[in-house]
Amino acid sequence: MADNDTKHCTGFISCLWNALKRPSVHYSLGVLLLAGFVAGILFWGGFNWAMEMTNNEQFCISCHEMRDNVYQEYKDTVHYSNRTGVRATCPDCHVPKEWVHKVVRKIQATNELYHKVMGTIDTREKFEAHRLELARHVWKAMKKTDSRECRNCHDYDSMDFTEQGRRAVAQHSKGLEEGKTCIDCHKGIAHSLPDLREVDPSAVVGSK
Amino acid sequence: MNKSIRLALMLLAATGVASMQYSLAGDVVSLRGHAAPDEETKAPPQKPWRKDGEPLPRDYVQQPPLIPHKIKGYKINLKFNKCLTCHSWANYREAGATKISQTHFEDRDKNVLANVSARRYFCTQCHVPQANAKPLVDNTFKPIEAISGK
Repeated sequence: MADNDTKHCTGFISCLWNALKRPSVHYSLGVLLLAGFVAGILFWGGFNWAMEMTNNEQFCISCHEMRDNVYQEYKDTVHYSNRTGVRATCPDCHVPKEWVHKVVRKIQATNELYHKVMGTIDTREKFEAHRLELARHVWKAMKKTDSRECRNCHDYDSMDFTEQGRRAVAQHSKGLEEGKTCIDCHKGIAHSLPDLREVDPSAVVGSK
Repeated sequence: MNKSIRLALMLLAATGVASMQYSLAGDVVSLRGHAAPDEETKAPPQKPWRKDGEPLPRDYVQQPPLIPHKIKGYKINLKFNKCLTCHSWANYREAGATKISQTHFEDRDKNVLANVSARRYFCTQCHVPQANAKPLVDNTFKPIEAISGK
C-alpha cells in the first residue's frame, strides 16, 4: 500500500512494526526463507537443549526438597547402585521419553515450580505429611500409562525367567495372567514407602 | 606348704591352663586366619547371599524359620514393614509366601492383639537370610527324628 511508505515511525515499537509490515525491498524471498530456516533450526535446537537441561539428575536434586528426601532414599536402592552399574535416574522413571508425553509432563511440572515458591514441602515434616499424596500421584500416573517409564528399560517379553529367582518367576507369570502392571507390585522400589496405615494396615505395627 | 609356694604353684597351674586354651584355639581358623589380634589382615571376600529358593528345613521346633531369599533393601520402620507386605495374614496368599504364625500376635502377657505385636514386629531380630558360610567348627548336631524324618 502506498500509505505505508509515507508513514513516519516515532518510537522503537512503531518503527519495528512498520518494518515488519512492509514487504522486503532489499532481500530476496530465497534469502529470507533460508534465514528463517536457519533461525528455526537454532531456536528449535535451543528449545530442546534447554528442556534437556531440566531433564537430568543433577537438575532435579538442585532443589533441597528432592535432594534431602527422595534422593537419599533412592541411594539405598538397586536403581542407584547395582552389580552392573546400569542406573535409572530421576527422569528415566518420572519423565516420559516420547516427545509429546515429555512436553505434557514438563508443562505439568510448572505446578512443582509453584509449590517450590509456596514451600509446600520445604521441611522434612511437611514432606512426610504429603508423602502419601505425592506417592499416589505417581502410582496413578504409572498405572494409567501401564508403567510406560518402567518399560523404557525393562522389556517384559525379553525377561529370561530361567535367570530369575523363584519368587520373581512365580509373581511375574501370575502378574501377566492377571493383567497387572509393574507398579502394582513394585511400589517402593526407588523411594521409601509412605506410611502404609491407610493402604495396607496388616503391614504396620499397631491397630487402626 | 607355705603361702608363697602355694601361690606360685597356683600361678603356674593357671598359665598352664591358659596356654593349653590358646593352643586349642589355634586349631580353629576364624575369618582372621591365623593372624594375631594385633596384626593387620586383608578383609576376607564377602560371602554371597543365598538365591531365592524353597523354604529351608528347621533344626528344632522353636527355630524361627530361616529366610530363603535375599532381603537387600527391605526396610522395617514404624511406617511400614516390608516383610509383612508379603508375609502378613492379609497378603500371604496373594504373595505365595509363608504367613507369620499366630505367636506373632501375642504380647508378653499372652494377650492376643488385633495386629502384629510390637515385640515381634522387627523380623530380623530373629529371622536371618543365609549365605554360603560353612560352620567354623565341625559338629555332629542332628535334629530330632520328628523334624528331620530320619
